[in-house]
Amino acid sequence: MNISVLTRVSIFSLSLLFLSACQDDDDRVAQEVTPEFIWTQNWDGAPLANADFDVTPLTNANGETLTLSKLVYLISDITFTNAQGESFSAGDYNLVDAREGLGLSFSPDVLIPEGIYTVAFRFGFDDEDNALDYAFLNSADGGWNVPAMLGGGYHFMRMEGKYINTQTIPESEVNFQYHTIRAADPSTTPVTLQDTSFLVNLGQVTIDENTTIEVKMNVAEWFKNPNTWNLYELYTMLMPNFDAQVLMSQNGANGVFSLGTVTD
Amino acid sequence: MKKCLVIGVVLTALWSCQSDDAPAYTATPMPLDIPAFFASSILPPVIPLDNPQSVEGVALGKKLFYDPILSANGTQACADCHLPSNSFTDNRQYSIGSEGDVGTRNSMPLFNIAWNFEQRFFWDGAEATLENQIFEPVVNPTEMNNTWRNVTESLDASPIYPELFSAAFGTTKIDSVGVSKAIAQFLRTLISSNAKFDRHLTDQVPLTPEEQRGLAIFLDESRGDCFHCHGNPNTPLWTDNRFHNNGLDEFFTDRGLGAVTGDPRDDGLFKTPSLRNLAFTAPYMHDGRFNTLEEVIDHYSEGLVYSETISPLMKNVATGGVHLSPEEKSDLKAFLLSLSDQSFIENPVFQNN
Repeated sequence: MNISVLTRVSIFSLSLLFLSACQDDDDRVAQEVTPEFIWTQNWDGAPLANADFDVTPLTNANGETLTLSKLVYLISDITFTNAQGESFSAGDYNLVDAREGLGLSFSPDVLIPEGIYTVAFRFGFDDEDNALDYAFLNSADGGWNVPAMLGGGYHFMRMEGKYINTQTIPESEVNFQYHTIRAADPSTTPVTLQDTSFLVNLGQVTIDENTTIEVKMNVAEWFKNPNTWNLYELYTMLMPNFDAQVLMSQNGANGVFSLGTVTD
Repeated sequence: MKKCLVIGVVLTALWSCQSDDAPAYTATPMPLDIPAFFASSILPPVIPLDNPQSVEGVALGKKLFYDPILSANGTQACADCHLPSNSFTDNRQYSIGSEGDVGTRNSMPLFNIAWNFEQRFFWDGAEATLENQIFEPVVNPTEMNNTWRNVTESLDASPIYPELFSAAFGTTKIDSVGVSKAIAQFLRTLISSNAKFDRHLTDQVPLTPEEQRGLAIFLDESRGDCFHCHGNPNTPLWTDNRFHNNGLDEFFTDRGLGAVTGDPRDDGLFKTPSLRNLAFTAPYMHDGRFNTLEEVIDHYSEGLVYSETISPLMKNVATGGVHLSPEEKSDLKAFLLSLSDQSFIENPVFQNN
């Protein structure tokens, strides 16, 4: 469609007007912002990058040497609570794939006034969120959902790798699958379920425009505290293992996540 | 300030992008007929913005798919290795090219590929889009052995193709991009969603006790644990469209994904095929080494072989697998066959007619 020269000039002038009118940011009042979260992973402080997967030997608290092949995890319900007890949350979720570098940056779909907040999130889904259906998660990582006979809902984490079995001659690699889900005991009727997602409180953060919050996952903690993880005993078939799910949740809730660098 | 900058840039872009050209040609839109379960459970199909589905594009793609004009000697069409009766693969271990050359991999079946969210095609993930995937077989010496120049000359000289291309894309200019786009449009219509198990999910037909037990094995981490790569009843694809080393070999003569990425961690990794339509897609695996489903199940049950890149999802590798009983194997096979969709391979819309 043709437009007149006059119209073109008008639009161009309007553009310049917008550009010039927006030069002054000095006198702005407190505004609503959305902080960005950066998810990083480390092994007792040593950063884990793509090149470490399948390659870098790691030693867990029980003394087993292992390599990681996969580390994908789900967080939800990032919540900001101010000094007055007022909470803000989008109630949304983010899937982090550490090896593939997906979901490492996430901004919850919420605007909050600049200020000081206690920031928290949930690892996995609580029962309410776990009862819903998510097309994205059903399509992510080859299907993030959990079959009904294993309790339904969604995976919270898929950590996979290989550990060295030193009890064989010669030593051998053994696959492990550290998958966390809602604990389910399919041997009972109805299936016994226990919410094994957990809240992580990152503490107080001052949030203003362009605030970026790093959340660190120390992967070694999944094997450490309060339950020293013995891969020889608990390396596979953990999804239908109710007690193992509870143990993993306990370890996750004790020091796996921490607040990293906060930048403005 | 940032928002104002964006607004200014957008306005400027609007001003500068006004075109005096005539409106672009638009063929008759033909949205995919998405099954209800697909629409409700997974993300929408992947359709490139520059290649929307159209009646004329699909018709052209189907014509090209079945036409040996794409091969150098005019003897081989896509459909020769991707037969409807075999769920758009063939029954050979390795497909045979137009000159009689034998390939090195099993022909892949073609269905539900619009939902390949990973967007890696071929057994080794060598191509990043369906459109790009279509370029390769035409010029592969062991397949159609042609050149794109020769293809376009042949199509230009045809009494029908210029008109079909014009109807599909609004131009009589025929090139490889148009060919690939049209075939991709046709391939995206190949939707399989009417297996017995699909009908079971909507309470139209019950599973047999054998099929029910087989499903339980499929989902049981201590037995089949097939679902981590092949999906589960919550979703309709029955593949993760990802790449795994499923313990076939200790050493690799075909590096698979590793040869594409150059990353030794990817050596021996091949794409997970869907479990739909297994009744029609033998032989199995990327190299067609297994002639029967029994052989496939035996492999996972007691034939796993360790190698450095073996998937951590493979269980009990040291003893070859989880050692299913004969009854469990039989039940698992019964369930797997419930995922086959006879109506798909017989759908007249997909046939060469």
